[in-house]
Amino acid sequence: MTRARRPVVPGWFTDDTDPDGAFRLLGTRCTACAAVFFPREDDGCRNPYCPGGGELAETPLSRRGRVWSYTDGRYRPPAPYVSDPDTPWEPYTLVAVELAAEGMVVLGQAAPGVRPSELAVGAEVELVPGVLHEDAEHVWTTWHWRPVATDAREAAC
Amino acid sequence: MLTDIAVLGAGMHPWGKWGRSFVAYGVAAARAALADAGLDWREVPSVVGADTVRGGYPGYVAGASFARALGWQGARVTSVYAACASGAQAIGTARAQILAGLADVVLVVGADAAPKGFFAPAGGERPDDPDWLRFRVLGATNPAYFGLYARRRMALYGDTPEDFARVKVKNAAAGALNPLARYRKAVSADDVAASPVVADPLRLLDICATSDGGAALVLSSMAFARRHGHPDPVRIRAVSTVTPEYPRTVLDLPDIATDAMVGHGVADRPFRPFRASIARAAYEEAGIGPEDLSLAEVYDLSTALELEWYEDLGLCPAGHGAALVRNGVTALGGRVPVNPSGGLASFGEAVPAQAIAQVCELTWQLRGAAGDRQVPGARAGITANQGLFGHGSAVVAVR
Repeated sequence: MTRARRPVVPGWFTDDTDPDGAFRLLGTRCTACAAVFFPREDDGCRNPYCPGGGELAETPLSRRGRVWSYTDGRYRPPAPYVSDPDTPWEPYTLVAVELAAEGMVVLGQAAPGVRPSELAVGAEVELVPGVLHEDAEHVWTTWHWRPVATDAREAAC
Repeated sequence: MLTDIAVLGAGMHPWGKWGRSFVAYGVAAARAALADAGLDWREVPSVVGADTVRGGYPGYVAGASFARALGWQGARVTSVYAACASGAQAIGTARAQILAGLADVVLVVGADAAPKGFFAPAGGERPDDPDWLRFRVLGATNPAYFGLYARRRMALYGDTPEDFARVKVKNAAAGALNPLARYRKAVSADDVAASPVVADPLRLLDICATSDGGAALVLSSMAFARRHGHPDPVRIRAVSTVTPEYPRTVLDLPDIATDAMVGHGVADRPFRPFRASIARAAYEEAGIGPEDLSLAEVYDLSTALELEWYEDLGLCPAGHGAALVRNGVTALGGRVPVNPSGGLASFGEAVPAQAIAQVCELTWQLRGAAGDRQVPGARAGITANQGLFGHGSAVVAVR
């Protein structure tokens, strides 16, 4: 029996079973002023200089960006973070990533196993699908940032 | 000056983990401030309480909770919640009432009984709350954000963990001289280095604790102060309670992403970091600049964040904060001591009380009554704080 895959928040990213490289965070873009919002803003444009009259259209964010900063969590965070108090705490790494095209910084957990010692401010990272946690019925999916491997970076040039 | 108000009284309950109700701490602080002002509670026509969400129902209506405990006497009442900036907004509210002529003297009180460990959002399944989401989706605690700022300073400016530790060593040395502080022991750089990492690169002694505590002020019009035997009181000259300007480009609590730099009208605007705009608004209102300061009290939620405040207050250019602490400029005895009270490093966080406690310290320093931690000849001071969600405040006091 397979457990259903469910995004931790609906509407924040594309289907994580899409082919490799197609996974994207989803924000919204104002059609009047081109401002971009993540997490998605659906109530109204928050740019006070927006001329108005636009709509907020779903837009995928850049797949790659550069590390703005990074840290980790050496102690178990409080609820509503979900973790099993009976298992030893495994620190996670957090990465804040600067997306050049949008001019914004997006925070996310690093892919499992990525330690702060493997990161550097300015290094290139890419978005990959990930699993936040699992319970009896669901696999709760999320996004992760992963350092871009040297060969992949060369291939992209 | 038209916008000046007087600080007639300042009082605190000692900070620590005392296991009592936040009301008890607030009432103790209020009675101390009233005694300091030489006023009877029954003479006070307005009370402003800074709220604590951890106090449950009484905490949400802190003004009335304190008034009830002091004894109902019919005062005008206000309750203010703005997370870490609650105390400053309570002071701002009191000042507005005084300047508008609605009350000539106001009691301002903030107190908290904080839980141990990380602050967490309110309970329940609430995916429409960004504060709830950052914990659920990312496990992003407050120290995680402090770690991001610290690591970025290291990359941009060459700050080191040893620089961050210097802030703790400095503040602990000042706190050891303050009988109201929770921690009153000197701390060495080795102590900081030996404490466990909480959020890379910050260690336990780089991050402020949670605490119980209370602080209160009695504020009045200048005319009331003169009539009641305070011919030359400490004066509050500015209270800034500004919001950020769009686009906010520094990732801040509790956000998962910044505003985008794209969008109509955005590129043509000067870049204004939020923390710096908090101080600038206070300087403009007070008609002074950083060069006029004798001292500053800032939210050292982490050691690295205190260095950021030096730059945001204009004590030095961006990236030069570490040099100030290395050279002793911000220590007691330095050119402009920062956190002579010992700061949050020595007090810990009692959220609605701490911005009020900062003004208590300015008051005692400007009166020349700060004992062993006195900044000689103090004439002007600023406080600065920042709470969740675009709340930030600074208070300027002068003598």
